[in-house]
Amino acid sequence: MLMRAGDPPASPPVVAASDVHARLKGVTRVYGVGTSRPPVHALGPVDLDLKRGEFFSVVGPSGCGKSTLLDVLAGLAEPTEGEVYFEDKRIRGVPDGVGVVFQDDASFAWLTVRDNVAFGLRRAGVDAAETARRVDYAVGFMGLRDFANAYPAQLSGGMRQRVCIARTLVLQPRLILLDEPFGALDQQTRLLMGDELLRLWRETKATVMLITHALDEAAMLSDRVGVMSARPGVFIDFVETGWPRERDSRIVSDAHFGAVTARLWEKLRVESLKSMGTAP
Amino acid sequence: MTREGWIRLAVVVAAIAALEVACRTGMIHRTVLLAPSEMAVSLWHILAAGELNTDILTTLRNVLMSAAISAVLGFACGAIIHALPRVRGAIEPLLASYYAIPTFMFYPIFIVVFGVGSQAIIAIAVLLSIVAMITATLTGLDRIPPVLRKTAHVFRMSPAARALMIDLPAAAPYLFTGVKLTFAYSLIGVIASEFILSGAGIGYAIAYAYNNFNNQRMYGLMLLVIIVAIAANTALDAVDRRLQSRLRR
Repeated sequence: MLMRAGDPPASPPVVAASDVHARLKGVTRVYGVGTSRPPVHALGPVDLDLKRGEFFSVVGPSGCGKSTLLDVLAGLAEPTEGEVYFEDKRIRGVPDGVGVVFQDDASFAWLTVRDNVAFGLRRAGVDAAETARRVDYAVGFMGLRDFANAYPAQLSGGMRQRVCIARTLVLQPRLILLDEPFGALDQQTRLLMGDELLRLWRETKATVMLITHALDEAAMLSDRVGVMSARPGVFIDFVETGWPRERDSRIVSDAHFGAVTARLWEKLRVESLKSMGTAP
Repeated sequence: MTREGWIRLAVVVAAIAALEVACRTGMIHRTVLLAPSEMAVSLWHILAAGELNTDILTTLRNVLMSAAISAVLGFACGAIIHALPRVRGAIEPLLASYYAIPTFMFYPIFIVVFGVGSQAIIAIAVLLSIVAMITATLTGLDRIPPVLRKTAHVFRMSPAARALMIDLPAAAPYLFTGVKLTFAYSLIGVIASEFILSGAGIGYAIAYAYNNFNNQRMYGLMLLVIIVAIAANTALDAVDRRLQSRLRR
């Protein structure tokens, strides 16, 4: 049965300990603690288990703390309370094996596509031959081979985002965190980028957490979608999509796709109204 | 050359031609202004004779010294101010009104401190040009997209590595604009200072020629200053445009 506004936070589904890839336990994030300004309770308390190899998406109204959740899981922000674990180790700072792709263009404008993609490998001291091999693969995988020597300014927004994904992919992360990576792209490009993301997910077998405001994107890409409440964001529902691992954007025409999207919207509508201050 | 470039060239050529005609026909008396062709011939004679080579080299050396000191010191000051928000809050209004102050009025202080010569001239030129670099550095560091800093964090870069590999290249277009301005202000500062507190340099030579009613030499040297300023600015501008187009987001 679906929950109504004002319901208590949803309990995350129980996941066998060996299957848990990343875990948030009682995580809260409050901004402005210890300053003269009133503190802002942005997130939590949140409990979340990410299953190894799953594609998990988070949807929620604007300003509900989705990106804060990602920052905390990535080690980019410390939780005010609670604990974050990745591969059974409590994280402090960005752990090894985690890759992040942001909504904003994070390509390095002064480097060619090839050098952008190679950046992390060179920093990690990977030898030149291995770097070249991995970069060639990632550049090809993301469809950037013809633009390997181009600068980001010569590429479209979608291609620049592909550069950022390739730069993450090349480091072979085991947990990929995506913060609305297609938010600035048009609908067609988003669908196609979604296909590429699914291909990447299948190929790398990585665990993926996607933050998005687009319900169709979440419904199409995910094994499981977490719906967050208005600020302070807590999970109010977890929706299992039941898609097979081999899937692509054509599932948007599947009847079940409409049912998943409708369920997400039913939960999200009330929370969005709340965040706008117009809840019934 | 671009269409705009051709139009620009045509405008300059037309202006020079009009001035040439006005001077040759007596509309402008030669005691007031020489025809551009005469200025060019005069400059050619000055350069061929080589008698002012030492002055020219002295000026160019002082300009380059001033621009280099301003660029390096200005960048360092800008980076420090940027890292200290409270200091910045206190200093920024002063920087904003800095160019309202005629810095040349401080020349007696520099003569007392450095004596008459290149050091005092460079000091004045640095005083004139350094704030442009500080301001450019602040703007450049402000404009680094926050997502790049987050990315540096994800790559687990140290603050030094981030500054060198992310902040510096990301701010480069603004920093280069600062370098361009320091050169322009240094040229102004050096030439103007040579008028009043030097016994050498192009500025001094122009003033000397003026005082001795040597219009040929005076206008020849003025043409030289204009050519150097335009050539340097055009070259720096070309690099600036290249950087801007490559680093445009």
